[in-house]
Amino acid sequence: MLKNRIIPCLDVKNGRVVKGINFVDLKDAGDPVEQAKIYSDGGADEICFLDITASNENRDTIYDVVEKTSKKCFVPLTVGGGVRSVEDINKLLNCGADKVSINTAAVQNPEVVEQSSKKFGSQCIVVAIDAKKNGDKWEIFTHGGRNNTRIDATEFAKKMEDSGAGELLVTSMDRDGTQVGYDIELMSKISSMVNIPVIASGGVGNLDHLVDGIKLGNASAVLAASIFHYGKHSLKEAKEYLDSKGIPVRI
Amino acid sequence: MNVTIVDYNSGNISSVINSFKEVAKDKVNIEVTSDLNKIKSSDKVVLPGQGSFKSCIDALNNIGGLVDTLNDFVISNKKPLLGICVGLQMFADVGFEETETKGLGWISGKVSKIDNQDGKYKLPHIGWNQINIVKDSKIFKGIEINSHMYFVHSYEFIPEDKAVISATTDYSSNIVCSVEKENIFGTQFHPEKSDKTGLKIIDNFISL
Repeated sequence: MLKNRIIPCLDVKNGRVVKGINFVDLKDAGDPVEQAKIYSDGGADEICFLDITASNENRDTIYDVVEKTSKKCFVPLTVGGGVRSVEDINKLLNCGADKVSINTAAVQNPEVVEQSSKKFGSQCIVVAIDAKKNGDKWEIFTHGGRNNTRIDATEFAKKMEDSGAGELLVTSMDRDGTQVGYDIELMSKISSMVNIPVIASGGVGNLDHLVDGIKLGNASAVLAASIFHYGKHSLKEAKEYLDSKGIPVRI
Repeated sequence: MNVTIVDYNSGNISSVINSFKEVAKDKVNIEVTSDLNKIKSSDKVVLPGQGSFKSCIDALNNIGGLVDTLNDFVISNKKPLLGICVGLQMFADVGFEETETKGLGWISGKVSKIDNQDGKYKLPHIGWNQINIVKDSKIFKGIEINSHMYFVHSYEFIPEDKAVISATTDYSSNIVCSVEKENIFGTQFHPEKSDKTGLKIIDNFISL
């Protein structure tokens, strides 16, 4: 039976791990390579690096981080943030990333998704959708949550599936950093619309939120940062808890 | 001993390289090349593969003499080869991803899209799934039944002779996830991404 995945996410800025609250107010909390190794030894099903300020700053540091991590961690490594072109994707894959997540570029230039999934295979193309609720729909935000594109998130999700995305990483901008739980409505809506796996992100504050993301949001995988990062819960605890709730996990 | 990972522009092989180097340490020399002479003289070959069946076959054919060299290595000289993901799928006679494409024909069978039962199952089949070991395979030495492996694929290999199947996994149906036919080994899952158990499989292959 296929297991639901738990993916710890490390926000990286200038080669160091940080975790933002609503994408601002950053705290420095360590070396990403060591953190990733701790997570992979602790049973992470996958590790995600998000280069958070990559759209604005020199991002060469992330290549070094990815290269070092991929020599130490033998679980899938997803890298996102500031990925603009097929060449950026190629470079990250060559450094040892297994999947690359594309956000702003997928919205501005959807051909990047089409071209890269053809070139590298859908298995390594994740489209990251940052969405915020507006009335009865969700709108896509880009540039680390600063620009509202007014694009309908659910329609965009379908379009990305058709363009060759292998997975969707769906983040609720309303919930990110708040620790009040995933936007379940958004997750389940997108998950029911597409036939590719959805990774739920944004808002995890406790282990029940992970359960809800899978059971109610129908996510294939759940991504979380701060609950693991600051030692509030270990991955082992999280997996045992999900298991106790009848969710298939790799233990 | 030399183990060669065939570098034929089949997509991202850095994780395969990293994992083999991690396991090999200094005991075994890991070459990453498409040089025909180096492949010929190596003791074992690893055939990775990402992307579509067609793109991988095209990439093999784009390197003059590579398919013949691999055929000699595997069929005439009977030296061990491990195919990973599409690397395994290419053992088949034919694949149906993108368009009908002739495979290497080392193990009779076809590669078809996984039946997702009208959308009931998501594709690609991504994540950790347990393997049912159905045959004693040399690469599963020390691997427990129901071990978790990391998968990412939408197509499956359906061999004609079921005796070659060494492990299956349950998704929308019972999917063949490992084969062994004499000196030919293949895994649909990614041992290089399957944590310590995956590295053990790589170690078993290197130690054959």
